[in-house]
Amino acid sequence: MTSSAQVNIPENAIEAHKIVKRFDGELAVDGIDLKIKKGSIFGILGPNGAGKTTTLRMLLGIIDPDEGERFLLGSADPISKAHQVGYLPEERGLYQSMKAFDAIGFMGALRGLPLAEGRKRGRQMMIDHGLGDAVDKQIRQLSKGMAQTVQLLGTIVHDPDLIILDEPFSGLDALNQGKLERLIRGQADKGVTVIFSTHVIAHAERLCEDIAIVANGKIPFTGKVSTARDRLRPQVHLETRNLEGAWRSAIPADCQPLGHNWHFTLPESGVEPLLRALIEGDAGIQSLSIERPGLHDAFVHIAGEAAAKKMEEDAILEGEAA
Amino acid sequence: MIETIRAAFVIARRDFSAIIFSKSFFFFLLGPLFPIIIGIAAGGLGQQVRQDIDQPVIGVALEASQAEKLVEARAVLVKNLGNSALPQLLILPDTEPYDPDIKAKLDTAEKPLTAIISGTLEAPLLTGSPVDVNRWNGKIALLSETALSGSNPVTVKTDFVTATNSSNKRGQLFTAQAGQAVLVLLTMILAGMVLSNLVEEKTNKIIEILAAAIPMDAIFLGKLFAMLGMALVGITVWSSLGLLGGLIIGLNIGNLPAPAVGWPLFLILMVAYFSMAYLLLGSLFLGIGAMATTVREVQTLSMPVTMGQLLVFFLAFSAITKLDEPIEWFAVVFPFSSPFAMIARAAQMDNIWQHGVALIWQAMFTLIIIRFSVMLFRRNVMKSGNSARKKNLFARMRG
Repeated sequence: MTSSAQVNIPENAIEAHKIVKRFDGELAVDGIDLKIKKGSIFGILGPNGAGKTTTLRMLLGIIDPDEGERFLLGSADPISKAHQVGYLPEERGLYQSMKAFDAIGFMGALRGLPLAEGRKRGRQMMIDHGLGDAVDKQIRQLSKGMAQTVQLLGTIVHDPDLIILDEPFSGLDALNQGKLERLIRGQADKGVTVIFSTHVIAHAERLCEDIAIVANGKIPFTGKVSTARDRLRPQVHLETRNLEGAWRSAIPADCQPLGHNWHFTLPESGVEPLLRALIEGDAGIQSLSIERPGLHDAFVHIAGEAAAKKMEEDAILEGEAA
Repeated sequence: MIETIRAAFVIARRDFSAIIFSKSFFFFLLGPLFPIIIGIAAGGLGQQVRQDIDQPVIGVALEASQAEKLVEARAVLVKNLGNSALPQLLILPDTEPYDPDIKAKLDTAEKPLTAIISGTLEAPLLTGSPVDVNRWNGKIALLSETALSGSNPVTVKTDFVTATNSSNKRGQLFTAQAGQAVLVLLTMILAGMVLSNLVEEKTNKIIEILAAAIPMDAIFLGKLFAMLGMALVGITVWSSLGLLGGLIIGLNIGNLPAPAVGWPLFLILMVAYFSMAYLLLGSLFLGIGAMATTVREVQTLSMPVTMGQLLVFFLAFSAITKLDEPIEWFAVVFPFSSPFAMIARAAQMDNIWQHGVALIWQAMFTLIIIRFSVMLFRRNVMKSGNSARKKNLFARMRG
């Protein structure tokens, strides 16, 4: 990799190589490597304080890494690509005295869109998103959800190639979360790369093709959601009529029944040999389900129990706050 | 660089319209009423100082005995009226009481003369510029009457010249003081407002959106120019109202003492030096204010900042009458006092090229201060690292 300002990496929207960030000597991001393909929906998953926001801020050029280098749309100077990028920060902010459509226009103007065009688009976008009545209202007159929607529209008003959303679902009710998910999918369908950070696993599981798991300033996993889930073996839930028999050799020896119910990890040999052994060994199958592990299980496996617990607590606190 | 200017314009336009169309702008326009009152009081003090340090000198071209009597009369009157109430007298031993070239003596005497009294004590002739002659006419009559032991009232005849070196010098000094006072007042009122200019962005978290979208230099530049624009709108309103008021009360602007560079250029330089003073102090204050995280911190900072401003103004003020002396050169070269010192020069020296040099010097320092402020802001507030930024610093400057 060269350290020149322009590098030829057309297939990646983002590249980071061993980026490090310390705040007052404390390591916030510890040598992260990251590659995000263009045209994908990419989730950055981790509890609060894991280093997600710091990583995004470095990728965007808001702050510089202490070590390592990053490229945004092929440039080592991310601000130079700002016209092609939309960014929704975790801490939302708008000028309170601005009218809603004007705020959208202003955000577009910051990223190179002519102000008049931005205002025009802002009006139309608000109408399209059911906020037609609020177009001429000042930001301070809008509800929190409406203001967040206005800011989100301001993030995409200039038709960026890359959208970075930091905890976009934070503070939204279920209805608005659904709207946001549709908006993210809509942008991805147009070929836009969408990167978002979240501490709610369900959002990443529903939306993302690829994820990075962040914990303690590091990325222990990056890749497809399915790859993360495949790190764990599927779980078998079995109910048998008989408790003993030749079929017992097909399930792990340390597996103990709860009544007539058995729960164990699918053996390496796979489903077919297990089924054959259960039938031929006369287990008397009453019910059988094989569950593929969810992203949550994968997260616990990869990031550890403590990080998973912290993330659950964050989600609960956020739900209470919303 | 073009992108930085474009982005700065976006910020400036937003800030400018947010200020101009706010209700509080009306109160801002009322603001100068208070400093004007203070300014009038300070102006009175300044005039007192001016009288003390630059008392008019009237040449005495009388017969030796009458000249002696006049000087003695002054000594008597000073005891009751005070030294500053009467002009100084300088006996001109080589000048005849009825010298036909007496007007020429105004500019050739050993000291610059405000006027010359000639003829006799009984029928004195006062020669000088209309402003000076009208000003000192009565006092010369009083001096003559006292010298003649007050026997008869004395009528002073007058002979006008267009202007003398002394009257020009005093007029230009007045213009220098007035110009500097106006700059000082306007800068004091307006530059301090920049201190709190980034607080809104920081408290509303907008700074994050701005920092991700445009170069930080553009944010600082935009904010500075928006405030400068607002200041110039205010100044236009105030000066228009002042002019209108002056016309209504019948003030003859043509009677004001002309600056050395002439009125049109002087007014242009006033705007230019105000802008530079504003940008210099404003960029410094913006940088200092950007470090503050709350309005309270900004308020705490405003006192030392005001004191700093006062020191700069005192420096420039003290240098007005010391043209080309080391203190005046220091005031000219020191970036923060330079605009004030230079406007005083514009009033008193007709050399124009120096203003071009000074404006470039001041603009250069403004850019340096902005860049330094941005660097501090990124490092201390945005908590940005320095390795990559150092590498890009000069590349960015090159655009």
